Amino acid sequence: MDNKVEIKVEKVNFFYGKIHALKNINLDIYKNQVTAIIGPSGCGKSTFIRLLNRMHEMVTNTRVTGEILFNGWDITDPSIDAVEIRKRIGMVFQKPNPFPKSIFENISYGLKVNGIKNKPFIENKVEWALKKAALWEEVKNRLSDSALRLSGGQQQRLCIARCLAVESEVILFDEPCASLDPISTAKIEELILELKKDYTIVIVTHNMQQAARVSDHTAFFLMGELIEFGKTQDIFTKPYDVKTEAYITGRFG
Amino acid sequence: MKKNSVQNVGFFALFLCIASTIIFLGLIIYFISARGIQVISWEFLTQGPRMGMTQGGIAPAIVGTFYLTMGAILFALPLGLACAIYLCEYYPKGIIGHIIRISINNLAGVPSVVFGLFGFAVFVKFFGFGVSILSGSLTLGILILPLIISSSQEALSAVPQSIREASLSLGATKWGTIKNIVLPTALPGILTGVILSIGRAAGETAPILFTAAAFYTHGYPRSVFSEVMALPYHIYALMTEGTHPDKQTAIAYGCSLVLLFMVLLISGIAIFIRQRQRGLNG
Amino acid sequence: MKEKLYTWIFTVLAFSSLLFLIGIIIVLFKEGLPIFKHVRVLELLLGRDWYPTYSTPEFGILPLILASVWVTAGAILVCVPLGVGSALYLHELAGYKQRAILKPLIELLASIPSVVYGFFGMVILTPFLQSFFHLPTGLCALNASLVLGIMATPTVCSLSDDALNYVPKAFREASFAVGASRWQTLTQVVIPAAGSGISTAVILGMSRAIGETMTVLMVAGGAAVIPHSFLEPVRPMTAAIAAEMGEAPMGGLHYHALFAIALILFLTTFIFNIIAEIISRRFRIKLGLSG
Repeated sequence: MDNKVEIKVEKVNFFYGKIHALKNINLDIYKNQVTAIIGPSGCGKSTFIRLLNRMHEMVTNTRVTGEILFNGWDITDPSIDAVEIRKRIGMVFQKPNPFPKSIFENISYGLKVNGIKNKPFIENKVEWALKKAALWEEVKNRLSDSALRLSGGQQQRLCIARCLAVESEVILFDEPCASLDPISTAKIEELILELKKDYTIVIVTHNMQQAARVSDHTAFFLMGELIEFGKTQDIFTKPYDVKTEAYITGRFG
Repeated sequence: MKKNSVQNVGFFALFLCIASTIIFLGLIIYFISARGIQVISWEFLTQGPRMGMTQGGIAPAIVGTFYLTMGAILFALPLGLACAIYLCEYYPKGIIGHIIRISINNLAGVPSVVFGLFGFAVFVKFFGFGVSILSGSLTLGILILPLIISSSQEALSAVPQSIREASLSLGATKWGTIKNIVLPTALPGILTGVILSIGRAAGETAPILFTAAAFYTHGYPRSVFSEVMALPYHIYALMTEGTHPDKQTAIAYGCSLVLLFMVLLISGIAIFIRQRQRGLNG
Repeated sequence: MKEKLYTWIFTVLAFSSLLFLIGIIIVLFKEGLPIFKHVRVLELLLGRDWYPTYSTPEFGILPLILASVWVTAGAILVCVPLGVGSALYLHELAGYKQRAILKPLIELLASIPSVVYGFFGMVILTPFLQSFFHLPTGLCALNASLVLGIMATPTVCSLSDDALNYVPKAFREASFAVGASRWQTLTQVVIPAAGSGISTAVILGMSRAIGETMTVLMVAGGAAVIPHSFLEPVRPMTAAIAAEMGEAPMGGLHYHALFAIALILFLTTFIFNIIAEIISRRFRIKLGLSG
């Protein structure tokens, strides 16, 4: 397998006030592959993924040390504009969060805020993104309807399409199926496998079967530490650490 | 048995409390409506006072109240909204946010006559705007500022955090997120606050007593530096000045009904919208 | 760059409230303090004679202070039972439908302008009190207390209702579980738990009553003498300012004395508001809500 590193995480520590939430994390995220982050609630997996596109800045009183290298940039460097990073590294959240606007406006929003005004270009891009997110057939006749009228699963695919439209290179999924039914979940998983041809994907999940189904690499977090990282196959069949084994066999979590 | 009879007496007392509250307030509205309606006519609403305030209408006072209220909103809305945006979207740290919140709370508690004195000393005298629409509007604007801030804050904090995150994660800037996502979503709530503030500003008397109001002006105000007639002040003046108390009282009834109707209508709309909004948000 | 500019603009504008509050304090001190070059503080506060326009003027504001205290105390006697009682009814007895009508109705009534209350007091209550008590004039402290009390009731009711709603449902359920009646639960569990929240409501209602101007100006009668009974005309501080400001020559002693009264008024309400704030913060912490 062609293992080109897209994001390199080196000696990252993260603090909420005095709480040491992530401890000395070292991790490589490979291009055009799916990396799953698993672990019990409160292990720091969501915190970690939010560091990758600086969404942790939504909370005050935090501190990061170490380096997260992406295309030669250090993402943690405060002098680099978070906006530039987020254009390249998109995010899909736990709960579908469409804007209270039309379907079309939702998808075109990212283009609009990035200063694109060419109307035919935007229309093409919206269609392309919706097709790519496997939503086009369901919504092509009602693009001006409110996005809030879509079902939960459709809303989540809309949020993915919204991300694709800005031409991100990396897409972060923070438990994208946590609030969805099994059928919608299956659709999203299918989509993730499809998308990895063109994108690098990081997915946080508490669902181990999901990690096993969609990911190429898996990282196991526990109490803010990275316990084990490797090929998904290896992690699930012959884990190196007893804690990993205990977790994936369902003895705690 | 005894347990229940105590409870019945107690609950009946509570019922009496709310019943008498509603009855007292209902009586006020009833008396003013019943007698006010007798003097209200098309002429009363569209013409100026005549014959030494004993005849004619109150049109200049209605217009004056309109100008003063609009001026107050024009002044207070940008300031109040900016303040609410700062508090809700820019997360001021520790002491700064604390100081701003305390000053808003205390500003809200300042007696209205003190605003009047402040407006008189600062706008009328110090800046030399004189007794005018401008001075009165600025004074009323400061009075309603805390109301605008708190209702805008309520509207902004009802916007789900998740859609702010969605916007930021797509590469929108903070200001872009506020302008394109947060403000449009919060708009109905903000407007409700504005409407409530209009109702409040329209009914206030003490702040315009020395800053804007006149018992009688010839015709309508010509510029922001003119003094104006205003509905609430007109009621007060009709009851305490002039030489024909009986005839003036009749006009004051009409004037009170117009003011009461305006304020209750405006506030009613705002409260209705807010009620529905709160219902929708769970 | 643009982002920094916006952040900066919002930060500056956010300080407008502070600016106005400081402005008010400065104006009150600057225009109020000069009176103390002529009258000592205690002479002003405790002087029994308010004759600001005499050729040898007297600036004792005790009658005005006492008038404010009397009228406010009277108003509290009206608005606390009515307001808190109404809130308890809304909270405990009103069903969902009744509440959906009564709560907005009371909010709506809170928006009636004070001048309308004053007008009502003058034209309806005054003749009634005059004939009922056989008084020379119906414009008196009682009149002002009644009108002010009714006026403050919706405010006290809304704030008390908010306080009651903060009380966790689990408290009530726990009380029912040990066999307490609704009335016992209300008086022994819910009211004590909401107590400091309700007292905040009362303090804010009081603060509002002390600072209220138009109603007392119109119905209190206006006599600047030390009150001996609720049936006599009085002149509360706010009424004195509103009535006399127009005639006081700018920069004269009378003018400064009125600003000094406003300063006292401001400090009083300021202290009340701070106390209310402290109590309500403790209240929220006690109930485990974020401060």
